[in-house]
Amino acid sequence: MVDVPLGAAGVPPAEVEDVELYHPKGWVTHYVFSQDAKIIAVQYSVTALSIGLAALMLSWLMRLQLAFPGALSFIDADAYYQLITMHGMMMVVYVLTALFLGGFGNYLIPLMLGARDMVFPYANMLSFWFYLLAVVVLFASFAVPGGPTGAGWTLYPPQAITAGTPGLAWGIIMMLVSLMIFIIGFTMGGLNYVVTVLQGRTRGMTLMRMPLTVWGIFTASVMALLAFPALFVGCVMMLFDRLLGTSFFMPEIIEQGARLPYGGGSPILFQHLFWFFGHPEVYIVALPAFGIVSDLISVHARRNIFGYRMMVWAIVAIGALSFVVWAHHMYVSGMNPYFGFFFATTTLIIAIPTAIKVYNWVLTLWRGDIHLTVPMLFALAFIVTFVNGGLTGLFLGNVVVDVPLSDTMFVVAHFHMVMGVAPILVIFGAMYHWYPKVTGRLLSVPLGQFHFWITFLGAYLIFFPMHYLGLMGVPRRYYEMGETAIYPQSAHELNIFITVMALLVGAAQLAFVFNLIWSLRHGREAGGNPWRACSLEWQTPVTPPPHGNFGKELPIVYRWAYDYNVPGAPEDFIPQNQPPLAGEIASRAS
Amino acid sequence: MTIVLAFLAILIGIAAWWLSTQRIMSKPWLEIGVIDEPPGVRPPPTAKIGLGVFLAVAGVLFALSISAYSMRLQAADWWPLPVPRLLWFNTGLLILASAALEWTRTRTRHADLTGVRVGLIGAGIFTLAFVIGQLVVWRELVGQGYFLASNPANAFFYLMTGLHGLHVLGGLVALSRVTFRAFGADEARGDKIPGERSRLRLGVELCAIYWHFLLVVWLVLFALIAGWAGDFFEICRQALS
Repeated sequence: MVDVPLGAAGVPPAEVEDVELYHPKGWVTHYVFSQDAKIIAVQYSVTALSIGLAALMLSWLMRLQLAFPGALSFIDADAYYQLITMHGMMMVVYVLTALFLGGFGNYLIPLMLGARDMVFPYANMLSFWFYLLAVVVLFASFAVPGGPTGAGWTLYPPQAITAGTPGLAWGIIMMLVSLMIFIIGFTMGGLNYVVTVLQGRTRGMTLMRMPLTVWGIFTASVMALLAFPALFVGCVMMLFDRLLGTSFFMPEIIEQGARLPYGGGSPILFQHLFWFFGHPEVYIVALPAFGIVSDLISVHARRNIFGYRMMVWAIVAIGALSFVVWAHHMYVSGMNPYFGFFFATTTLIIAIPTAIKVYNWVLTLWRGDIHLTVPMLFALAFIVTFVNGGLTGLFLGNVVVDVPLSDTMFVVAHFHMVMGVAPILVIFGAMYHWYPKVTGRLLSVPLGQFHFWITFLGAYLIFFPMHYLGLMGVPRRYYEMGETAIYPQSAHELNIFITVMALLVGAAQLAFVFNLIWSLRHGREAGGNPWRACSLEWQTPVTPPPHGNFGKELPIVYRWAYDYNVPGAPEDFIPQNQPPLAGEIASRAS
Repeated sequence: MTIVLAFLAILIGIAAWWLSTQRIMSKPWLEIGVIDEPPGVRPPPTAKIGLGVFLAVAGVLFALSISAYSMRLQAADWWPLPVPRLLWFNTGLLILASAALEWTRTRTRHADLTGVRVGLIGAGIFTLAFVIGQLVVWRELVGQGYFLASNPANAFFYLMTGLHGLHVLGGLVALSRVTFRAFGADEARGDKIPGERSRLRLGVELCAIYWHFLLVVWLVLFALIAGWAGDFFEICRQALS
């Protein structure tokens, strides 16, 4: 037992230094140009979800082309590459990053820390509008002559800006500009998330009392702030190469007998810059998911999180390690084998903190009072999926295994499992979990269960066979297999099966969208704390929380966020702002 | 990429030191009650922390550019630019601007509003002159035929000075706001630089920190451009191989 200073009556005086709040005056500043983090969170989430649906439809088109080559007349090789590029970039940057940090970060950080709002609300508002502008620029590239870029989501030069790649005229420029706007916008938001955690915590909320969700989002924001500049520099340099004729990345190129004005640039330099951003990006998406899932599991299993300290340390360790593994995306770029060895080692080391987290989730469940609510189903599905996707990561982290598999469907299956399906399962679980706080009503349970089972099983039916295709040698990025004599008929049939499943799973997401809209009006009234959870966002006096979150006085925190089923407590959970119960201090000490 | 990794290592060191002061070894499941900050420790103003985080981000941006520069430097077709003499003069201007802000910072402590106004205006003029000087350097080089696209050394020169210049311009926006605030402060009303947390004082301090950061970045970039860093890179490369 650590000595904790208390006031005379064991309860400290209720004085919390209040911040000046910006108060909206009209409808426009209230709901459109809002500086309230909760409104900004909803704006981010709705925008990101819409982009997610669009990117999902792009993937349908790709799958249709793969299963029934030539069936859709408007998909030729160029269109296929444009679909790949836009699907990948949208999902990774504009959906996952924006949703986890801009959406959940904005909503949960102030509420979970007992703050009234973010520390720089104006920059926070600008962050969303920059994001929206980036999205508009990105989507506008569908309308420009030549269409969007088809350079692949990694935008590797020299092919990204040489003739033959679709979208050379406008698409690539719009993509680079859009990314730069996104990064500037994100930096404004990211500063908010980080500084709010540093400065905005209410009295008694020490770092080690923060819910793991906040730890995950906080660490991911720090990483994003440090990693996105790499993409920014890469974008600026490529834009110079494309528009001003410099040769940062462009080597000497002979095109149709004519020498291009470029010369001496290093395409590998771009790969370094891109993956210096690109690998942390994986964990920028994964860490918030880790944090959220820890909280979901703890709440719905009515049990304190196992190994809280280890969980925090693991999050921080993963964050730091993820900056020294980027070159494992470049094993086939002709690097020095010693470098490959170094990066394979660091890559495999990340498995240690990650495995700690998985053990702790499982041990939290052990002898817990598991409620199979919809958020819990998604959380459990995440653990399984993350382990599955992570294991194939251990395969690909080894140079000798990666080299033959690198250009096959195996890689596609791996990263979709670990970076696509797994975080999206968490996003769904989190939405079912926090929707009652945002709207005051619960999402429909039967619809949620339908949505869960189709999504969960369907995702496995899509991506498990894809591993097998990859092991057979079916290449990725090919818009049709062409002379497919070397692949057995079964490979083609499997492709059709995957496509049918992808269409089904995609369509099932409409049930989720319907649920979100329908429950807004017709959902069951949730009350303030439907899941009987401890953390502060469930203790607001009014639900949905109004501007300023906590009414007249900010809550004071007396305990960590995981006091479930404490022996002797009147209920099976003790909120974080509950002063010590009679005899509690003595019983904890023993 | 070793340069950016070295920069990150410094940041990680700072983060680790900070975390070590945050009771990360505590056992929150055993602790009941309010845990307060140790008495006497006053948390720094939020804006200052915000600036610190922003400087880390901007630092990574410049470290990455320098990393790319050092990788590109090794190619055979690298013809370094001549160093225009004007760059020395510009460097002097930026040093003066930085010094002026530092001086202004001491003036805020002495509640000398006139001094603050003079210092802010002076810093603004020096900085503006620096930006104009940089543009003149660009024109001079273009006039001598050192175009952006003609050699990678030129491209990096324009890119890095441009990035730095944009950061200076952003700083000028903030500086002008602080200057307006200084002239808006009314001595007669009795609010001549009041308490420690006054907005003016904080604004001046933030500007001074930002200007020192920009000065350090500029000195590093200048050393690179002038070619003194070449030997340094060579030593690093030999140490690593």
